Amino acid sequence: MIRLRAYACIVAAMAIAACHRAPARVLRVCSDPNNLPFSNRAGEGFENKIAELLARDRHATLEYTWWAQRRGYVRHTLKAGACDVLMGVPTAFDLAQTTNPYYRSSYVFVARRDRHLDLRSLDDPRLRRLRIGVQLIGDDFSNSPPAHALSNRGIVQNVVGYSVFGDYSRPCPLAGIVDAVDRGDVDAAVVWGPAAGYFAKTRATDLQLNPVTPQADSPSLPFVFDISMGVRHGDVALKQELDDFIARRRGQIDAILAGYGVPRTEGH
Amino acid sequence: MTSVDPAALQDDDGQWVLPAKNYASTRFSGLTEINTDNVRQLGVAWTFSTGMVSGHEAAPLVVGDTMYLVTPFPNILYAFDLARPGAPMKWSYDPKPLGAAKGVACCDLVNRGASYANGSIFFNTLDGRTIAVDAATGEPKWIAQLADINKGETITMAPLVVKGKVLVGNSGGEFGVRGWITALDAASGKIAWRGYSTGPDKDVLIGPSFKPFYADYRGKDLGISTWPGEAWRIGGGTVWGWISYDADLNLIYYGTSNPGPWNPGQRPGDNKWTATTFARDADTGEARWAYQTSPHDLYDHDGVNEWVLADLQMGGQTRKVAMHPDRNGLLYVLDRSTGEVLSAAPYGFVNTNHGVDLKTGRLIDASDQEMKGTRQGVVTRDNCPGAPGMKDWQPSSFSPTTRLLYIPRQNLCEDVEGMSTSYIAGTPYVGASVVFKAGPGGNRGAVTAWDPVGAKVAWEVKENFPVWSGTMVTASDLVFYGTMDGWFKAVNARTGDLLWQFKCGSGIVGQPIAYKGPDGREYVAVQAGVGGWAGAIVAGDLDPRDPTAGNGFGRVMADLKKATTRGGMLYVFALGGGR
Repeated sequence: MIRLRAYACIVAAMAIAACHRAPARVLRVCSDPNNLPFSNRAGEGFENKIAELLARDRHATLEYTWWAQRRGYVRHTLKAGACDVLMGVPTAFDLAQTTNPYYRSSYVFVARRDRHLDLRSLDDPRLRRLRIGVQLIGDDFSNSPPAHALSNRGIVQNVVGYSVFGDYSRPCPLAGIVDAVDRGDVDAAVVWGPAAGYFAKTRATDLQLNPVTPQADSPSLPFVFDISMGVRHGDVALKQELDDFIARRRGQIDAILAGYGVPRTEGH
Repeated sequence: MTSVDPAALQDDDGQWVLPAKNYASTRFSGLTEINTDNVRQLGVAWTFSTGMVSGHEAAPLVVGDTMYLVTPFPNILYAFDLARPGAPMKWSYDPKPLGAAKGVACCDLVNRGASYANGSIFFNTLDGRTIAVDAATGEPKWIAQLADINKGETITMAPLVVKGKVLVGNSGGEFGVRGWITALDAASGKIAWRGYSTGPDKDVLIGPSFKPFYADYRGKDLGISTWPGEAWRIGGGTVWGWISYDADLNLIYYGTSNPGPWNPGQRPGDNKWTATTFARDADTGEARWAYQTSPHDLYDHDGVNEWVLADLQMGGQTRKVAMHPDRNGLLYVLDRSTGEVLSAAPYGFVNTNHGVDLKTGRLIDASDQEMKGTRQGVVTRDNCPGAPGMKDWQPSSFSPTTRLLYIPRQNLCEDVEGMSTSYIAGTPYVGASVVFKAGPGGNRGAVTAWDPVGAKVAWEVKENFPVWSGTMVTASDLVFYGTMDGWFKAVNARTGDLLWQFKCGSGIVGQPIAYKGPDGREYVAVQAGVGGWAGAIVAGDLDPRDPTAGNGFGRVMADLKKATTRGGMLYVFALGGGR
């Protein structure tokens, strides 16, 4: 009897001690399991690294809800309450409440340096005869800004479209368009900066990246985008906490982005 | 030995073995027990809850004493024993489709039904498979993986079995996939032939027997030359609608979806063979003729709607025609032997085209002079009909006694209001902000009875919401359809007068059927369960404050959330209800 009672006391004491410690916080992040350089299930993307930094900063355990970033992504993850934070969305994104931006990038021209093209402007006359790869979204009245910009200039015959979704059965679905430049399937491509920067670092040939100019076509067709984290509309406390994190840890966030070769545009 | 071939079974009004009842796709039942006098006594005989919340678009099948039902994703196939009280479940088959397919589906997780032939039920799964299941036991006979969700392909259409071949097409134009129709050997599931909707003639199965009616369609490899560069490789033209078949001509008929990608400035040319109807040899798949309803589509006006086959007296002679209410707002009557357009008339308010030039067969585009279209950076107002068209996938029916086509449809226009930023696969992009709204009159839907010989409206019932269900017509002059707020209705096929209605638990986007039970009574069955593109605001619990939610349907359908809730239920009705 005595031994039993002593055991019960120990259990009670442990329970009280546990109550006095802050409960372990869980940071619930919505993420794509196969979308390098942004994220993957192995945690190898820069959004994974920034999420880890955030979790350490907030003394939280990191938990992911994995969902391919397709139509319905926000609905099935953030809005469904399965997770609380989107690590990267454009600051002007309606489906979530966005934080202050933590980086700004641009669509870039990607070409092999040994071609000496040094493309910088969407108005470069050579774009009419070179074979140009662009990322395409598909249907539904939307497409990538460079796809619009080239067609607005009448540059269509020599444009080769690559699905922005790529082949999801492969480890890096977004790599296809950069591979096409590397292999010489196209002379140059116009690619969203973070993907271009990351894949360019690891290709066989030396690839040159130049931000496209102008920075926008009027009306309302930007090639430069601010990127923020996103939370549910109304989740004000979490947004403020993330804003505070972004302000305090700017140096470390920048270092992570630099490590992945993310081209950043002046202004942030 | 009773016949097991749908070619014979399609004429038995006791059964409903094909998605559209018969190869002519009339959705006409010869049953007459339920008529205009006694339809008021129609009551619920039995029900079945699917437990699912996506749009329930499929028609049930009835083969012998068994009813078969395929659900939205996860695409479970049920068999019910009609010979026993309450039609208890005989078996169910769960194909366990990959959850990842949900992220690839364009517009809710729908399935449009199954086909029966030779002891098997054939149906498709959202993750791109065609499955043959033993109709008696529920055991799978074969499974063919046809579409690849990793490339954005899904399958939502109902397959059609013709002469021992299962005809299947892909979905996924939103992802820039290349459309195809594939014929599988019904016994083995092996691919017999595949015809693409874009690319070189050999891929499209265009050869020496291709005899299109119009000069526009003659020329080598138009599936390449009507596109810039290699854009045909990602040009769309998916095959997610309906297939019809004429046994005498041995031709199948189906339409392809709109071209991609958006914006149209990127793909100058006619973009063949998107938004195009093909007549193909049922055995070999070789194209016999083609007709493009919307060359260089600007509006998302897919050509996948049903082709209803009938022999009509026109101009003093019997014409073998095919009738087709297109998304672009025109009701086409074609000579189905040749592909000649006999008439093309608007069956609702249209300002995006001026009809068809009957000399050339070409649609007369109104986008320039009327300031219509969806082009990057161009604000346009009151494009009528908008992207969902005058009518979407929901099939019409045709009565050989009234000689009228009963068309369930929308009355929706759209505004294109500039650009908004979005984000997918880690990439920011820019889209036109497209917002739908009610067309002239303020009603968002209608059922239109169309006289195909006179090319005019016979009568029309206005509905508050788009009519996203199919129609079915019987030999006793009853037309059945459902509304998105849950009313299942029977109207007089000659006048449109409402004769009976029943309020179901959820909005109806399914397809009614009629059959004769083992007890000799006539039954009418339909699935309720709101959803689909128009109903995604309820099925997907979208935010009605976002006008562009549901790809344009958000604002115009905001009040649907107050009118109905989601949840699938099969309803079966009979005179006097259950006994």
